[in-house]
Amino acid sequence: MKTRFFGAPVKRNEDRKLLTGQGLFIDDVELPGMLHVAFLRSQVAHARIKKIDASRALKRPGVVAVYTADDLGAYWQPGPLLVPPPPIAGIVFNARTQVPLAREKVRHVGEPLAVIVAESRYIAEDALDDIDVDLEILPAVVDIEKGLDAVAPRVHDDLGSNVAAHVRQTKGDYRNAAATADLILKRRFRYEHGISSPIETRGVVAQWNARGSQMTIWDTTQAPVFVRNGLAAMLGLGEQQVRVIAPFVGGGFGPKIMMFYPEEVALPWISMQLNRPVKWIEDRLEHFFATTHERGQIHDAEIAVARDGRILGIKDVFLHDTGAYDPYGLTVPINSQCTLFGPYVVPAYDSTFTAVFTNLPIVTPYRGAGRQHGVFVMERLLDLAAHELKIDPAEIRRRNLIPSGAFPYKNEIIFQDFQPLEYDSGNYEPVLDKALEAIGYADFLKHEQPELRAQGRHVGIGVACYVEGTGIGPYEGAKVQVQANGKVNVATGIGTQGQGHFTSFAQIVADQLGVDVTEVDIVTGDTDRFYWGAGTFASRGAVVAGNAVNEASRVVRQKALKLAGDLFECSEDDLVLEGGKVSIVGIPEKFIRLGELAQRANPMRGAVKPGTEPGLESTQYFGPPSGATANGVHAMIVELDPQTFDLKILKYVVVHDCGTVINPMILAGQIHGGVAQGIGNAFYEKLSFDDQGQLLNASLADYLLPTALEVPRMELDHTTTPSPLNPLGIKGAGEAGAIPVGPLFAQAIEDALDLKHQKVELLEIPLSPSRLFELTRSARVP
Amino acid sequence: MALDRHDVELSVNGVSYRRGAESRTLLSDFLRHDLLLAGTHVGCEHGVCGACTVLLDGAPVRSCLMFAVQANGHELSTVEGLATPAGELHPVQQAMHDHHGLQCGYCTPGILMTMTAFLKENTQPSEDEVREALSGNLCRCTGYQNIVDAMLAAAQAMRAARP
Repeated sequence: MKTRFFGAPVKRNEDRKLLTGQGLFIDDVELPGMLHVAFLRSQVAHARIKKIDASRALKRPGVVAVYTADDLGAYWQPGPLLVPPPPIAGIVFNARTQVPLAREKVRHVGEPLAVIVAESRYIAEDALDDIDVDLEILPAVVDIEKGLDAVAPRVHDDLGSNVAAHVRQTKGDYRNAAATADLILKRRFRYEHGISSPIETRGVVAQWNARGSQMTIWDTTQAPVFVRNGLAAMLGLGEQQVRVIAPFVGGGFGPKIMMFYPEEVALPWISMQLNRPVKWIEDRLEHFFATTHERGQIHDAEIAVARDGRILGIKDVFLHDTGAYDPYGLTVPINSQCTLFGPYVVPAYDSTFTAVFTNLPIVTPYRGAGRQHGVFVMERLLDLAAHELKIDPAEIRRRNLIPSGAFPYKNEIIFQDFQPLEYDSGNYEPVLDKALEAIGYADFLKHEQPELRAQGRHVGIGVACYVEGTGIGPYEGAKVQVQANGKVNVATGIGTQGQGHFTSFAQIVADQLGVDVTEVDIVTGDTDRFYWGAGTFASRGAVVAGNAVNEASRVVRQKALKLAGDLFECSEDDLVLEGGKVSIVGIPEKFIRLGELAQRANPMRGAVKPGTEPGLESTQYFGPPSGATANGVHAMIVELDPQTFDLKILKYVVVHDCGTVINPMILAGQIHGGVAQGIGNAFYEKLSFDDQGQLLNASLADYLLPTALEVPRMELDHTTTPSPLNPLGIKGAGEAGAIPVGPLFAQAIEDALDLKHQKVELLEIPLSPSRLFELTRSARVP
Repeated sequence: MALDRHDVELSVNGVSYRRGAESRTLLSDFLRHDLLLAGTHVGCEHGVCGACTVLLDGAPVRSCLMFAVQANGHELSTVEGLATPAGELHPVQQAMHDHHGLQCGYCTPGILMTMTAFLKENTQPSEDEVREALSGNLCRCTGYQNIVDAMLAAAQAMRAARP
C-alpha cells in the first residue's frame, strides 16, 4: 500500500457544509406538525415534593399536554448504570441513577419536575409559570467533606450515608517505601474541573410514525447506538424499530455521552402519546444544571522520595464529588487514581477514594475525565519535592521517567477499561528534551528571567508531564462500500462532534482503495446506516473506529484486486490500484474503474461461485485488548502583574506522542482546543455554588470561557512511538491538550511571583486573579 | 396573542421576505424557524457567545438580542449569503478551510459574519487586532489559533484580489 493521504495534513471534507450554513444540527430539524417542549426544573437543590398541580398550565391556549412523573406510569424508571464498577477487591459502590422526572424528592437544582408540550417553545415556557409546585425544602449537601458527617442530610434516604463508592488500590508496599525515604511531603490538594459548555447545547427531536411503527430520534449524543438500544427497550420496541441519528453535533467533550438524560427519555414517549413530532433544545441556563459537570476532588497526598529525587512511593486519600446520582459509575475517580502515576516509575502506591453524593448536578467525564485531578497531585508533589531537595523541577521529572526499555510497563492497578493498567509503549525522555528545548528552558532560567526580573517584571516558567490512557474498547465497526459511481461510502457507529472523522477516516480508505479523499463519504451517528458500536469517548474514535475502517477497506481492496485479476486473467500481484481504477502493472491503458468492478460484483444474470458475496463491500470490527497510552509535556512562560494578578502567557509549548498520526492538521487542532479548555479550567472557569447548592454564575457572562485574548499561540511538536495494540499504531489524542494545564499554571505562577519565598504554595485549581490575591494576602500583611 | 402580530418586511442576502411575527419573536428564531435560514446558530441567547451574529445593514449584531420586528425594513446578511451563487467560497470561508479554523462548526457562522465585517473595515489587521475583533465570539473547539491565522491570511488574500 502506497501512502498518499495517511499522515498528511489533508483539508477537511466536512468544512464546506459547515462554512456555508448547510450542516444539519439538531435545532435545524423541522418537521410538519412539530410540537415544542419545555421542562419545569427544580429551583432548589434538595426538597421533598408535596404536590405538583399543572391544571392552570393546561388551560393556556397553545398548551397541548403537561406530564409529571406520575403520568409516566410504568415508563418511569431510573436510568441504566452506564458503567458498572470495575472488578476491584473490597469495592463499595452504591448505584443511584437519575430519573426521567423527579418523584418524591428533588436532588439538585435543575432536576426536571414536569414537562410541558405546546405549539411553540415560547408558549411552553410561558406555561412553566402556570404550574404550582409545593416543595418541602431540605438542607442541601454541597461540601463533600461535610457530606460525610454522620449528621449530614442524606441525598438518598435509603442509604445509610452519602457514600457513593469506596475504592482502595495499591501497588507495592507504601509503608516499606516510606520507611526508607529521605523525605516525605504531605499536602492537601483541591482540583475542580468545570463544565464542558459546548457552543451548541443539547437537544432531542423525536418522531413516532404510528403507521410504520417506527421511531426516529435526533439526539446530540456521542453514543447513538447505546441510545437506540436503551430507548427501544424502554419503549417496548425492537431495536430495528428505532433509528437514532446524531447529526452534526456542536461540540461534545464528554457530557453528551451521558445517558439517559431525562429529556432523551421523555421526548420519544411524548411523541408516541401525542403521535406528533416533538422538539426540545436546551437553553444556556438549563445547560448549567441539566447537562453533567465534572467538578471537584480533595486529595490528601504524600510522596516518599530518596535524596536524589527518585520517587519511592505515593500515598493518596481523596474525596470525589459525584453529584446527586452516579450513572457513570467510577470512571472519573478511577481515571484520577490511575493517571496520577504519570510517566514516572512509582514503585509503591496506596490510593483510596470515597465518592460522595451531593445535591449538585451529576458528575460524568468531561475532556480529561478525572485525569487532570491525578496529574495535578503528582506534578505538584514533584515540584514540592524538587524545592525541598534543591533539584531543578525539570530534572526531578527526568530522573523519574519510565525508561524506554521498560515497556510494556505494568502499573498493576485496575483502569477504567477494567484491565490492569499497562502502558503499551512509550519513549518519554525525548519528549521532555524537545519541550525544554522549545521553551528555551536553560536559557530562560540563566539569562532571560534574571534580566526581566531586574527590570521589575514577574515572569516564571513551568513544565508538566502527563500520560493519557486512550483508545479503550470494547470495539467499533465500519462498513466500506464502493458504489457504482466509483465513490466510496463508509458507515460507522460512532458519533462525531468536530473531530474531523469525515476526513481522517477518508484518508485511511483513500490509501487502501487508491481513490482521492474527496471520493470517500463518511456516515457517522446514524443507527440505520451502521447498527453496532459504542461511541465517541475516551479519545478512542480514531483508534478503534479508525482501525475498523482500515480493516474493512483492506478487505474491499482484496476483493477488488481478486475481481480484476479474474477479469484480466492475471495474478493480483500484477495489478495496481490507484486513481480510482485497477490496472495491470506497466500497461496503464489496461484498466477497469472501481465503480465498474462494483457493478460486476453485483451481476444481474448468470451464476456466481458458491460463497460469493455481492458488491465491493465489507464490514469489519476492531476491538483493542486494552487502551493505548499517549504521553506529552507542556511548558509555559507566564508574566503576572503583581498588583492585579492579571496573567499573560508569553510562550506555550506542547510536545506530544500519540503514536502514528493520521492527519497532523486535525491533531494540532485537537491539541489547541484541549489546551484552551485547560487554560479555562486553570484560571478562568469556576462553578460557584452557595451553601444551598445554587449555582451563582450560570451564564456565559459570569462563567468565563477563554476568548481569543486569553488563549496564546502554541508551538507544537511530536514524537512518534506507535502503539503495538492496533495495526495502524494509533493512540488517542482528544483529551491530551487539556490534561496538564492546571499544574503548569500553578508551577509557573509560583515561579513568576516567587511565591516559594513567601511560603505560599498553589495547591488548588482553578486559580484566578482574585484567588491569587487572597492566597498571597497573608504573606503580604506582616 | 392573535392581536400581537406584526408584519415584518426585510431582506436577507438580497432576497425580500414578508412574514408575520409576534413582537417578542427573537430575530434569531425568525431567521431560523420562520425563514428557514438555519445557518445562523444560537449558542447562549444572552448575547455573549456570538454564534448568532448576522449583519444588519452591514454591521454585526447579535440576532438573539434583537426582536424580529426591530429588523423591519432592514437589510440582513447571513452565512448563507457569503459564498457566490456558483458556490465559490468567500475569501474568509476559504481561509477557514485552508487553516483548519473550524472543528464542530457550530460557532463558525457567527465568526464568519463578525470577521467579514471587521476585515472590510480593517484591511491590514495585526494579530492583536484580529484577536481583539474575534474576542466577542466564543469557540470551544479550536483554541482560536487557526482562526486567527485564517483571518490574517484572508486579509492578505482580499488585499491581493483588490485592483
